[in-house]
Amino acid sequence: MLDKIKDFASDFFVTGDPLIYGADVSIGLTIIAVVFALTYFKKWTWLWRDWLTTVDHKKIGIMYVIASLLMLFRGGVDALLMRTQLAIPDSEFLSPEHYNQIFTTHGVIMILFMAMPLMFGLFNLVVPLQLGARDVAFPFLNSLSFWLFFFGAMLFNVSFVIGGSPDAGWLSYPPLSGISHSPGVGQDFYIWGIQISGIGSLMTGINFIVTILKMRAPGMKLMKMPMFSWSVLSSCLTIILAFPILTVTLALLFIDRYLGAHFFTLDGGGNPMMYINLIWMWGHPEVYIVVLPAFGIFSEIAATFAKKKLFGYKSMVFALMSISLLSFFTWAHHFFTMGSGANVNAFFAVTTMIIAIPTGVKVFNWLFTMYRGRLSFPTPMLWMIGFIPCFVVGGMTGVLLSVAPADFQFHNSYFLIAHFHQVLIGGVAFGYFAGLYYWWPKVFGFKLNEKIGKWAFWTWNIGFYVCFMPQYFLGLMGMTRRVSSYGWDKGWYELNLTSTIGGFLMGIGFLFQVWQILHSIKFMEKDTTGDPWDGRTLEWTIPSPAPLYNFATLPQVTEKDDFWEEKQRIAQGHAPKPRPQLEPIHMPKNSGIPFVMSAFWFVAGFGFVFDWLWMAIPGLIGVAVCMLVHSFRYKTDYYISVDEIKRTEAAARRVV
Amino acid sequence: MMKGLRRLTAMMSLLAMTILMTGCGDKLIVLNPKGEIGKHQLDLIIISTVLCLVVIVPVLILTFYIVWKYRKEKKAKYDPNWEHSTKLETIWWSIPIVIIAILAVITVQYSYKLEPSKPLEHEAEPIVIQVTSLDWKWLFQYPDQGIATVNYIQFPDNVPIQFELTSDAPMNSFWIPQLGGQIYTMSGMAMKLHLIANEPGSYLGMGANFSGREFGKMQFTAKATSQEEFDTWVQSVKDSSPALTKEGYEQLAIPGVSEVETFSSIPTGLFQEIVTKYGGHNHPSSEGGSNNNEHGSHSNSDKAADSDKAPVIEKEDHSSTNHEGHTK
Repeated sequence: MLDKIKDFASDFFVTGDPLIYGADVSIGLTIIAVVFALTYFKKWTWLWRDWLTTVDHKKIGIMYVIASLLMLFRGGVDALLMRTQLAIPDSEFLSPEHYNQIFTTHGVIMILFMAMPLMFGLFNLVVPLQLGARDVAFPFLNSLSFWLFFFGAMLFNVSFVIGGSPDAGWLSYPPLSGISHSPGVGQDFYIWGIQISGIGSLMTGINFIVTILKMRAPGMKLMKMPMFSWSVLSSCLTIILAFPILTVTLALLFIDRYLGAHFFTLDGGGNPMMYINLIWMWGHPEVYIVVLPAFGIFSEIAATFAKKKLFGYKSMVFALMSISLLSFFTWAHHFFTMGSGANVNAFFAVTTMIIAIPTGVKVFNWLFTMYRGRLSFPTPMLWMIGFIPCFVVGGMTGVLLSVAPADFQFHNSYFLIAHFHQVLIGGVAFGYFAGLYYWWPKVFGFKLNEKIGKWAFWTWNIGFYVCFMPQYFLGLMGMTRRVSSYGWDKGWYELNLTSTIGGFLMGIGFLFQVWQILHSIKFMEKDTTGDPWDGRTLEWTIPSPAPLYNFATLPQVTEKDDFWEEKQRIAQGHAPKPRPQLEPIHMPKNSGIPFVMSAFWFVAGFGFVFDWLWMAIPGLIGVAVCMLVHSFRYKTDYYISVDEIKRTEAAARRVV
Repeated sequence: MMKGLRRLTAMMSLLAMTILMTGCGDKLIVLNPKGEIGKHQLDLIIISTVLCLVVIVPVLILTFYIVWKYRKEKKAKYDPNWEHSTKLETIWWSIPIVIIAILAVITVQYSYKLEPSKPLEHEAEPIVIQVTSLDWKWLFQYPDQGIATVNYIQFPDNVPIQFELTSDAPMNSFWIPQLGGQIYTMSGMAMKLHLIANEPGSYLGMGANFSGREFGKMQFTAKATSQEEFDTWVQSVKDSSPALTKEGYEQLAIPGVSEVETFSSIPTGLFQEIVTKYGGHNHPSSEGGSNNNEHGSHSNSDKAADSDKAPVIEKEDHSSTNHEGHTK
């Protein structure tokens, strides 16, 4: 009996690596500390009532941001482990198996569990406020989306201490990810973790499309909508077209692994090439999904801190929309070297290059937004300016990669690694940081410390170039991606060491950001105006942090940058726009169902990972019961009375 | 702060240039090709880089100029409502369009010119090397010479090499940067790659696509020598190496790394067997001798036109067999 338990435990828990034992201990201690703190300070009901069951888009946004910053930490530690391994030749810091697991989880976490939720967090925090709306279109669905993401991400994350991590690369090509080459549970964690959170992403896409199309304040025509909301619309349109492909692809892979089908295995009549096509039909639009909102953020920031109208609004809208359309015609550039032939390669090379045109136009438009402006440089603006050279150079190397016959020399090399980190860090991470700094006072009611923020910015930026510029040259030296070690004879040593130093500099930059947040919480500079940056769009008209119902009365929009124009009018001595009478506000009730239902998904996913039907089936039944219970919930809303609105507004205005 | 920034940028670029100029030059093997294909690819890399720089450099200069000129402290012209200029917008829609159009034309031309399955025009008959990626080693067969090697190839310089590639493991990518770009090796099909070495030398070769635990060890030397040296080497392999048997191959295919090995003979039709083993294609004439030119096929049918020019491919092979797993 004891032997059986021992046997089981040695399979169930990942063993044999001191790093992982360290992680086990720290995970255990963290859980104990959290449970203790919640009990000691009697915060369990607060946690449940105010957070776990909330349908308020602002709180959901905050939870997204916190979760994604934690994931950024995890993905960043993965990155530093890899860079440590590669710092010197013939290093034995990580075994090849462990290295493969780490680069796989690094990729998955950074794209799906860091960039995506940070993006959704910003959607939630900003879009309804920018539109002059009181909530998203489907608040219950919004909460469900978050919890599905959260439990999906957790399912993926436990793989490194329980059962073992996936190690077939972040897109898990078969046959490597098939049952024959990956018999362990790692791939199943991959499938279920992504699958569960992917359903959440798809629902968020639908939710925000409807929100943007149906919930805009009166008078806000589409062509008067702020640019960030436009970018969210384009990104969400891409999501609803791309994510179903991912869902189906992973489902097929699961059927292959679990039921022994042969969709992607040659010996049963399937074809791995089909998987590669499918996964990139999702995968390439995916990188545009995450970068488009960053373009929106930069547009807002450039206009605000240049104190000037966004230059070329219509061009920007057209560029955003054409990028989201074109993103679906580029997937084959990921396998130019798989022998597609000259016709196919030429077609996809040209469609890929074409994306550079609208992207280039946007850069010009940002520059001319700043031209004849009056620029100030607080941290959000610094990240915006830091983004331009980084993204421009990254974009250029992207064009080089798109030249199919030349890509035969770049493909799979560190040149490619440098390119996509440059566009993803320079575009996406810098963009979301900029957005986070920009909207932080609106969300939390205090500004982040500027001085530490500048330290963070410079460390990140210098670290970035030190880390990734050498990798272009490593690629030209023939260093291929995903090698876990290399010999002294290759001549790759100096540049790899430099790159590792840069990686750690970025890590220090992240620590500066953590310090900045903690420091600012303690010594916060309160935002009493609601409009700390002299903003242009509707979110700055309301107090910070926004009241539960966002707008006491719905704003009447007449122009682009309506708030800015209003401020100009008042400055010229005109009377402010008349406000309508207060009326009771219709609000959605909190619900515990999204949390419970997602927890059941986690249980079902975990059961499938370990092939425990006794666990998976009750999990799925739980999901079904949650749906049923929800469909019989009739009292899902309530009204906030005029008196309460008056009290809240008075309290908020008192600090004004 | 801006001053500091500018100094920093200047210093960094100077540093980068110094690093580039000293020592690294000959290590940048992609920029130092020794074969015709690699040279064309280098040309293309240079052309596309220059074309991109035409846009990038002015944009970078403009960025620094605008950020510097319109900073708040300096009282430059302020025009808060200026948001549109048809002239300017036309200019910067058209500049990228023109650049991309030029680049697209060049790319399409080179795509056909450098299509890896296209035989090179050369007076010498190509030497055929059949490549199989295994877990985690490379098996090379010389059907005309009747020898095989592991993790090492040798071939005469100035003679076109026709690589025929497949995989008996998760796919990999066969890459000798100094001779030219890579191509994937995939089970169930035989890909083609034509390369040539214009001068003798030892070149780094590798597996570029992740294929599991020890894929990083899948590196090999590709040595180009004179025809005489090559013939001598073939003879010495024939004289002194063991034969590769079917059982020997099964042993070799077991996952694990391997040193350089040589074999004096190869089992009949081994390469074809590997290609068709995944249900790809059961070709009637695959029983042929050592010089067997059957290939599972290419992954697409649009190459039929190219293949017509390639005498080594038989017509009936074009039926995209790797997509049909039902035979056998």
